[in-house]
Amino acid sequence: LTVAAKVLGHILLGSAGQSEVRKSDFAFVLFLRLLAVLVILVFCSIVFYLFKNALPILSRDGWHFLTESSWNPNEDQFGALAFIYGTLVTSLVALVFAVPVALGSAIFLTEIAPSSLSRPVGFLIEMLAAIPSVVYGLWGIFVLAPFVRDYVQPFLQKYFGFLPFFEGTPFGISIFTAGLILAVMILPTITAVCREVFLAIPNTLREGVLAMGATRWETIRLAVLETGFVGILSAVVLGLGRAMGETMAVTMLIGNRPVISSSLFSPGATMASVIANEYPEASSQLHLASLTGIGLALFIVSLGVNGLARLIIAFSKRRMS
Amino acid sequence: MLRKINLSSISLSMDVAAVISAVIASLFTHSAAFAGTLNGAGSTFAEPAYSLWISDFQKKEKDARLNYQGVGSGAGMKQLLEGTVDFAGTDDPMKDADAAKAKAGVLHIPVAMGAVVVTYNLAVEKPLKLSGAVLAKIFNGSIKKWNDAEIAKLNPGVNLPDKGIAVATRSDGSGTTAVFTEYLAKVSPEWVGKNGKTVNWFPASLGAKGNAGVTGLVKGNPGTIGYVELIYALENKLPMAQIANKKGEYVEASAASVALAAHGIEKEASAKQFKVSITDSAEKGAYPISAFTWLLVFDKMPKEKGDALVKFAKYILSDDAQKSIAKINFAAVPKGIRADALKALGKVQLD
Repeated sequence: LTVAAKVLGHILLGSAGQSEVRKSDFAFVLFLRLLAVLVILVFCSIVFYLFKNALPILSRDGWHFLTESSWNPNEDQFGALAFIYGTLVTSLVALVFAVPVALGSAIFLTEIAPSSLSRPVGFLIEMLAAIPSVVYGLWGIFVLAPFVRDYVQPFLQKYFGFLPFFEGTPFGISIFTAGLILAVMILPTITAVCREVFLAIPNTLREGVLAMGATRWETIRLAVLETGFVGILSAVVLGLGRAMGETMAVTMLIGNRPVISSSLFSPGATMASVIANEYPEASSQLHLASLTGIGLALFIVSLGVNGLARLIIAFSKRRMS
Repeated sequence: MLRKINLSSISLSMDVAAVISAVIASLFTHSAAFAGTLNGAGSTFAEPAYSLWISDFQKKEKDARLNYQGVGSGAGMKQLLEGTVDFAGTDDPMKDADAAKAKAGVLHIPVAMGAVVVTYNLAVEKPLKLSGAVLAKIFNGSIKKWNDAEIAKLNPGVNLPDKGIAVATRSDGSGTTAVFTEYLAKVSPEWVGKNGKTVNWFPASLGAKGNAGVTGLVKGNPGTIGYVELIYALENKLPMAQIANKKGEYVEASAASVALAAHGIEKEASAKQFKVSITDSAEKGAYPISAFTWLLVFDKMPKEKGDALVKFAKYILSDDAQKSIAKINFAAVPKGIRADALKALGKVQLD
């Protein structure tokens, strides 16, 4: 315990006492450090809680909990693979649709539109981020799902039906629709961050490229996209993080079946949606433990994807400099 | 230079918000417990009935203060066992294994009756007729088309389309699912052991949250069939299938036909401490997918709280209280069963 107190004391005080001359400065630094430690403690307590409560299922099934796909609470079968699959596929669909649109609108806002237009449009895009996800879900049920069922899915089946991704009866409610709503939801995040990135690129760079005789497209490609590449990646990671953790709108549109199907038109389920669906009425201790385990898995998968993206960012930063 | 984009600052502010909201939530739950109110939680299905009973009871007994939260049957039972609420409402009897862990015996008092109805989106002139066996096959995916011979046989003269059946179910754990699948298990051997609050439905079916979610799926997609709770279906004027009962009659769900399902089972009910299933009733005119909803209390309680709670439970079982819920479409518990339940309440130990 004394060791723990010493460690905590060191974290809290560190070298603060030596460099700060005034007492008020010292108190201020101490206060800030206390807040920082609080955040770390919350983080640790979440990991600890998830792990402790998931222990019954982890000790029973071990790794099989993550590699089995059958989920049947009535027969005590708990495999999380179908949910991990659902989370990754819906997020991927979301990125495929959102990234080009977000990049395009960010380029338009910073490079092409006059400021009298870019300000209000930029504001509107940021407002999109403020809409609660349950509202997105409602819009999805009443507008997006019927539209996808009546137009998008029949169209894709007609022309690309030979691909395994577009098999099955179109219901409107599917992994595909859930991915689309996620795309709309992460669009403002990616656009806003990209816009900030592009605005931060100094004009001298653009002027330099133009002076070399580049066309407008070449200027955007060389001066904006390549210079801002790391920033764009950060924006995509931020969007991906939101897509993976999104619960309400996805639950309303995905059909909630723990199946792994090659078809995007099949119903599915994500890690967040199964927790939202089954946690309040979990039938047994093991069921609860499994849902907590899925929470832990979501945490780890998000951490893994974010870590990977950070690695890519660090790698490309080094390559560029 | 690039402006630095700080990813960590965003997650930081979210963590702080979570802590603050947790602290606020804990403040509120504590203040409620000290106020001397009787707290209940559980079944969302029975919530309108409890709300009505509580407001009527508080008009009669000026000092009484009660509170019921519709958090779901399972969550209500959990809170009762943990001691955070004084009574629970449930549509699904407590499992013996859970009851064994309780600090005292758990009494199941039947307080009202409800039903699960089958709703559909199909342009047909008269209500669809379905039997238990056919329902079981539709909901496990083995009957795939509306003009299937087995459905056509039950609906002579009805023009059934050559259209695929889309099946909508509850995706959240629910007493409604428990009652519906318990009925399917009674009428079809294939469903035995597969019933419960969370069911492993066949992969091509769709799941949605709550009665509203299932209704949304059914209304939005022609050719869809789903199950919802009776009161929700009546309030929203949903089409309801007539279901064949044990006597072979096609019965439409209503408070009256549901009440019939509990006729003549007094002996069985008191022998099983009221944890009795009334699906697939053999009574004439009875609706086959009917169920009790129970009030759960401990059979041993501290004097002050116990007195008030028993008083409230006795009020619920009175003729007045049972009559009052008819206007919100709940069926009353038959008098014989209520008399036995009152006897059981009389044996509650107060110390």
